[in-house]
Amino acid sequence: MTKDEKILVIDDEQVILNAVSRIATAEGLNVDSDNDAASALKKLSHKEYSLILCDIMMPQMDGFIFLDEMQKRKILTPVIMITGYSTVENAVKSLYKGAIDFVPKPFTFEELNSAISRGIKFYRVQKGIEDAKFRNDKTSILYVPGPPKYKRLGNLSWMNLQSEGIAVIGATDLFLETIEKLVNIELMEIDAEIIQGDSCANLVTDDELIHRLLSPVGGRIIERNEKIFKDINLLEKDPYFAGWIYKVIPSNMEYDLKYLVPFASDRM
Amino acid sequence: MKLKQAFTKISLKLILTVGVVTIGIISVYSFLSIQAQRNELLSQAEIYANKLSETIRNSTHLSMLENRSDQTHNIINTIAQEPGLQEIRIFNKEGRIIFSSQKEFIGEMVDQKAEACYACHTANEPLERLPMEDRMRIYDSAQDSSRILGIINPIYNEQSCWEADCHVHPAEQKVLGVLDVKLSLKDVDAQIVSSEFRSIVFAVIAIALLSLIIGIFVRKWIEKPVNELVNATEQVGTGNLNYVIKDLGSDELGLLGKSFNNMTQKLADARLQLFQSDKMASMGRLAAGVAHEINNPLTAVLTYSSFLLKRVNNPEIEEDLKVIVRETKRSREIVKSLLDFARQSVPKKSNANINEIISNAVAVVDNQLSMKHIKLDKNLEENIPLFKIDSNQMQQVFINLLVNASDAVQERSGAISVASRIISLTPYGTLQIKNAVCSKRHSLMNEEMKIDGKPSIKLKLVQNGKEGFVNLDPTYGKNRDKYGIEIKSSEQLQISCPKCNISVVDKDSSCPKCKSAVYTFEVPPRGIFEGCINPQCDWQRWSFVDEAGVRDYVEIKISDNGSGIEKEDLPRIFEPFYSTKGQKGTGLGLAVIWGIIDNHDGTINVESEIGKGTTFTILLPISQSA
Repeated sequence: MTKDEKILVIDDEQVILNAVSRIATAEGLNVDSDNDAASALKKLSHKEYSLILCDIMMPQMDGFIFLDEMQKRKILTPVIMITGYSTVENAVKSLYKGAIDFVPKPFTFEELNSAISRGIKFYRVQKGIEDAKFRNDKTSILYVPGPPKYKRLGNLSWMNLQSEGIAVIGATDLFLETIEKLVNIELMEIDAEIIQGDSCANLVTDDELIHRLLSPVGGRIIERNEKIFKDINLLEKDPYFAGWIYKVIPSNMEYDLKYLVPFASDRM
Repeated sequence: MKLKQAFTKISLKLILTVGVVTIGIISVYSFLSIQAQRNELLSQAEIYANKLSETIRNSTHLSMLENRSDQTHNIINTIAQEPGLQEIRIFNKEGRIIFSSQKEFIGEMVDQKAEACYACHTANEPLERLPMEDRMRIYDSAQDSSRILGIINPIYNEQSCWEADCHVHPAEQKVLGVLDVKLSLKDVDAQIVSSEFRSIVFAVIAIALLSLIIGIFVRKWIEKPVNELVNATEQVGTGNLNYVIKDLGSDELGLLGKSFNNMTQKLADARLQLFQSDKMASMGRLAAGVAHEINNPLTAVLTYSSFLLKRVNNPEIEEDLKVIVRETKRSREIVKSLLDFARQSVPKKSNANINEIISNAVAVVDNQLSMKHIKLDKNLEENIPLFKIDSNQMQQVFINLLVNASDAVQERSGAISVASRIISLTPYGTLQIKNAVCSKRHSLMNEEMKIDGKPSIKLKLVQNGKEGFVNLDPTYGKNRDKYGIEIKSSEQLQISCPKCNISVVDKDSSCPKCKSAVYTFEVPPRGIFEGCINPQCDWQRWSFVDEAGVRDYVEIKISDNGSGIEKEDLPRIFEPFYSTKGQKGTGLGLAVIWGIIDNHDGTINVESEIGKGTTFTILLPISQSA
């Protein structure tokens, strides 16, 4: 990672701020921290950051209000939520509200590191799009959005409900753009139960990072795409069709759909 | 005030009403009976008097014809000797007494206004013919208080009379004289009085006895049950839902008592469930709070240790750091599993060796046990196949049970044993229905009514306009169903989905045991379930699992020779926050264990005897698919 990337960490616990700062600094990042979301917002008005790490459960202003405030002020800086296990539902909700990712507490050094790495990459893709817009360049494609009828969880994973009530799930192209070259993928067993917002696959990249793919729906896995074991590049080549990952019988589709965004809405 | 209260009592009102009616009826009956007896006795006296009168007339007839008055006197006097005969007299047409058993009256004129003459001479004109009943009269005698029955017998002129030698009576005379017999009614009156007395005594005794009997039975059949019901209502009113009305018999009040018991039972169940879900909700809140608090320090430990592990070059320190990272990761799994339980989410299952998990758990508590000199026996069956379990959760189960056991046993004399083995069980009586849907795909599962701690299957029943529900036992073959209404036969019985009312009755078949109606629903993805609706019949069929045949289970027994669990505590030990350890425990351990085992499709049971020890038996299915 380049040295001049600046990140902002917001958490009401000093020990978390210290731990995250320690890791990020060691990775060569410039870290700013704040234990209050309101004063962090003030910082954002006169400083530009590549990435914000923000806790959800905080006194006074919580993570959701922070995300709303950011949207109101049209601040595009990507936000990764860091949150306790008790709030997996909240985490999914935060993705819906515009956060790009979340890391459940307690996390290891590796887990945090891979999330920060994805966040920084996301920032760059975003910047690239803005630059292209600025230059009125319509030819450069930085990532491919999914088919309109597909639905996505944040910008991480997608889900397509087939007619027989089976959901196909996979990783979005934007997610794959934010990680380095894939070298391996670890999948769950058939018949395993997955929960929306919980990790359903580990993607190992050539920079030795492990990236968790968060499942867009909850349910029971009935089929895995064994082809991606043979050709891991299938995922990046055709992320929305040949590069699917699981077929799942959803356990609570109605509830899960609440926090999914149709790709169709991206094209408007 | 007390009197007023007494009069408002239903039993007193009843006794008073019945008493008054009884007294009325018995009084009327007694009065009529006395009347009848009096009439009967009088008519007997009358018949006697009449016969006597006829006898006198007939026996004096001859002496009259012969005009032998001394003989007539003799006859009359002889007959007058008869006890109870007051006087016999004959007077002629003018009213002069010609014969009398009391000689002093002979020759006297009878006062026509006197009572004895009144019958014929009411209109001053003597009657010639007198009906029988009018010849009698009863009057009070002048001498004493006794009554007198007088009977007059007119002596009519006959051919023999006017043809007699004496020629006293001319042929045109119709009535020659009157024979008057006076009978004293002293004896009859005495009899009447005594029979009146008997009747009154009988009536009084009957009224008293009847009142007593009515009183006793009203007390027994009405006052006592009503008091019991009032008492029970007050008890329930104060919140004691465990109050049970003892058997009040099979009459309407008995049925009321039974339905009252049924109602309080239902109320108690509902309250327990409310209590339970309340507990679960508060536990969920507590767990979420605890997790959030504990996650921050755990995050610091995990990030710093994993960061150090990445940077350290000293292999010795690296090993130590690995332990810290591993154990911190385990802590986060424990925190997560607590939350998973609160949220009832699914375990992370992978193929694992159950014996290895048991051994790991034993290794964790081993130190604690050897410090207390508690003996631990391990008897694990080898060659148990790997099967899908959440190792972390399962290890937590065994550690918890072992720690509980070590807390229960005495130092030095304590012994704990852990055993595992494979057993084969038929699905009948063990397998639980976890999902059931009607033909319109509505879930029939009912979380509110749990049977043996498991959500039941709720169906709607309608019979003869009465509507109710049945909660079926989710365990195949156990039949601990809870019927909300009474069904006597399955005729005209509708069984339907509580949500959409679609019928769940299989019209084409009937119970092979008792021919009652059969309900049927789908258990996705395990085929069709059928059962007999008759509460007395236990027929059920689940072809899908029956065809799969017996299933293999791993049975894990953890026993101790400790203090044991009180019998009344046993049904509650798996409830959240239920702890017998006082301040020592949170009361979450066994509730979490139960949740974990349930999430593995397994069962956990406990047997315990005070002073002898406790055994927990866990059954985990090895083949998951069936």
